[in-house]
Amino acid sequence: MKYESQAVAKLYFLAALGLFLGQIIFGLIMGLQYVWGDFLFPLIPFNTARMVHTNLLIVWLLFGFMGSAYYLIPEESQRELYSVKLAKLLFWVFLVAGALTIVGYLLMPYARLAEVTGNAYFPTMGREFLEMPTITKVGIVIVALGFIFNVGMTVLMGRKTVVSVILLTGLVGLALLFLFSFYNPSNLVLDKYFWWWVVHLWVEGVWELIMASLLAYVLIKTTGVDREVVDKWLYLIVAMALITGILGTGHHYFWIGTPNYWQWVGSVFSALEPIPFFLMTIFAFNMVNKRRRDHPNKAAVLWAMGTAVVAFLGAGVWGFLHTLAPINYYTHGTQITAAHGHLAFYGAYVMIVLTIISYAWPHLKGHGDANDERSQVMEMWSFWLMSVSMVFITLFLTGAGILQIWLQRIDGQTFMAVQEKLAVFYWMREAAGLVFVAGLILYLVAMFTAKKPALEEAS
Amino acid sequence: MNKSPSNSTAEITPGYDTKREYPHGDLAVWAFIYAELLVFSVFFVSFAFARMLNPEVFVSGQLTLNPWLGMTNTILLLTSGWLAAAAVLANASGKQSSALKNLWVAILFGVGFLFVKGYEIGHHFAAGYDLDTDSFHFLYLFMGSFHFLHVVLGVGVLVILAVKVKRGDYGPDESQGLESGAAYWHMVDIVWMILFPLVYLMR
Repeated sequence: MKYESQAVAKLYFLAALGLFLGQIIFGLIMGLQYVWGDFLFPLIPFNTARMVHTNLLIVWLLFGFMGSAYYLIPEESQRELYSVKLAKLLFWVFLVAGALTIVGYLLMPYARLAEVTGNAYFPTMGREFLEMPTITKVGIVIVALGFIFNVGMTVLMGRKTVVSVILLTGLVGLALLFLFSFYNPSNLVLDKYFWWWVVHLWVEGVWELIMASLLAYVLIKTTGVDREVVDKWLYLIVAMALITGILGTGHHYFWIGTPNYWQWVGSVFSALEPIPFFLMTIFAFNMVNKRRRDHPNKAAVLWAMGTAVVAFLGAGVWGFLHTLAPINYYTHGTQITAAHGHLAFYGAYVMIVLTIISYAWPHLKGHGDANDERSQVMEMWSFWLMSVSMVFITLFLTGAGILQIWLQRIDGQTFMAVQEKLAVFYWMREAAGLVFVAGLILYLVAMFTAKKPALEEAS
Repeated sequence: MNKSPSNSTAEITPGYDTKREYPHGDLAVWAFIYAELLVFSVFFVSFAFARMLNPEVFVSGQLTLNPWLGMTNTILLLTSGWLAAAAVLANASGKQSSALKNLWVAILFGVGFLFVKGYEIGHHFAAGYDLDTDSFHFLYLFMGSFHFLHVVLGVGVLVILAVKVKRGDYGPDESQGLESGAAYWHMVDIVWMILFPLVYLMR
C-alpha cells in the first residue's frame, strides 16, 4: 500500500463480504422455498427472501466498487484520497441505511414499510431491484454524490490515467442512471421502459466500464505489462461495450408494449454484446502471457483470469442464448433468464470485486504483495468451489428452463403444474448452492487467517 | 526504409514502405473496424430475411426512395474515401501540403454526404414515415441514421487528422494515426457501397 488513505477500502471490503454472505444465505432460503413452499413461512415469505437476495447483491457490489475505487484511485492518481473522513462518514451512512432497509423488509409487511417510510408522498417502491423505500434511495444518491466528489477530486488533483478516467466515467454513469429509480410514471409501459435503465443499463453499460478498468488495474499491477498496451485494449473494450450495450438493452423491450422495431434493434445490438466480454477474455490472457514478472499473489491472477472467462460465458454466451426476439418469444421470463442472471452477475461483477479484494487484501493487512502460501491455496480452492458450483447452478437452471419452455410455452400447461415437474432441477440447484456457500466461507477463512508470507516465500 | 519494393503501392509511391508492418495503422483500430463491419453485416442479413418474409412491403417501400440522391451520395463518399487514401500516400512521400489539401476536400465531400442524407431522412419523416411504419422503413431509416452517425464520426476523425497534418505531426516516418483514421473512413464508404444497392436498387 503506497498511500495511507487507501486503507479506507478495507471497511468497504469488509461490508461487501458480510453482505455477500447474507445474500447467499437468502439465496439458499429461497432456493429451498422453490421446492418446499412454506419453508420459514410466515417468518420470511418467498417475495421477501427474493427482495433481500437481489437487493443485497446490488448493495454489496456497490460497496465493492466503492472500496475498489478508494483503493485504486490514490495509487493511480499518485496522491492521498481527497478526504478520508468523508469516505468513512459515507460508509456508515450507507451501511446503516442499507441495514435499516433490510431489517424493514424482514420485520414488517412490505405495504407497512411503504406506509412507514412515507412512500405515498413520493412513490418509488414496488419495482423489482428498486424495492427500497424512497428515503433509502435518497440516501443512496447522497452517498453516491459524496463518493464521486471525493474520488473525482482525487483524480482531478492528481495524475490522470486511462484506468482512473474510465473508472470514474463508469461510476458517474452508475450514479446518473440510478436517478431513473425516482421516475415512476403511471403508464405501465413507460414505467417498465425506464425501469430497465437502472440496473440493466448498469450491467450491460457503465458497469462494464468499471469492470474493464478494475481488471486492467489488477493486470497492470500483476503482470507489469506497459500501460500503453493496456490503454489501447481499454479503449477498444469500452467502445464496444457502449456501442453494443446501450442499444442492446432494447432486448428487454420485446413484449412489454413498446414499438415493434425494438425487436430489430434489441436483437441485433444485443447479439453483439458478447464482443466486449470476449475482448476482455483475450485481453486478460494476452497480458498474463506477456507478463514481465511472476507476481507472488497467484490467487489474484487466478481471479482476474477467471472473471474474464466466466463473464464471457455468463453474460456473453448465456445472454446470447435467449436474446434474439424469435427465441425470446418462448424463453421470456423462464428459468433461462435466471440461469443467465446468476452466471453473468457472478462472472462479471462478483468475481471482479473478489479479484480486487484478493489483490488489495495483503497490502491492506500489511503483508506486502501477497498472503502466505497456505492462505492462497485456500483462496484458490474457494475460487474453484464457487465458480464450478455456480456453473452447475446455471446448468441446472438452464435444464429447468428448457423443460419449462417445452411444457409451459409449447405444450401450454399451467405455470404451477410445470413448476412441480421442475422440482428435481431445483433440488440439484440447491445442492450446488450449498457447495457455493462452502466456497464463500473458505474465501472468508482464507482472508481472515491470512499471514505474512515466510521470508523465503516472499523473495 | 524498404530496400526492395515488390509491392505495387511502393512502386507507385517512392518512400512508401509497405513491409514496415502489417496491417498499416493501429491494430486496435482494425479490431474496431471489424467489429463495426460485423454490426452492419448483421443488419444486412436481417434486411435480407425481412425482405424474404415480406417482399411486397419492401418493393413498395423502395418506391418511396430517390435512388439519385443515393447515387449522389455514393459518388461523394467514394471520392472522399479516395482522397483520404491519396492523403496517406502523399504524406508517405513527404508531400504534407498535398496531403492536407486532399484531407480538406475529403472532409468537404463527407459533409456534402451528410447534407444529402440529412435532407433525405428529414424528407421521409416529414412525409409521415417513421421507425414504426413497417419493417422496410425501420431498416431503411435505422441503418441510414446509424451509418449517418458513422459519417459524422469519420468526418470528425478527418478534421483531427487534418489539424495534425497541418501541425506537422505526420511525415514519411510517422503515419500510424493517419493510416488508422483513413482505414476507418474507408470502412464507412465500404458499408455504404453495400447499403446503397441493397436498400435503394435491388428489386
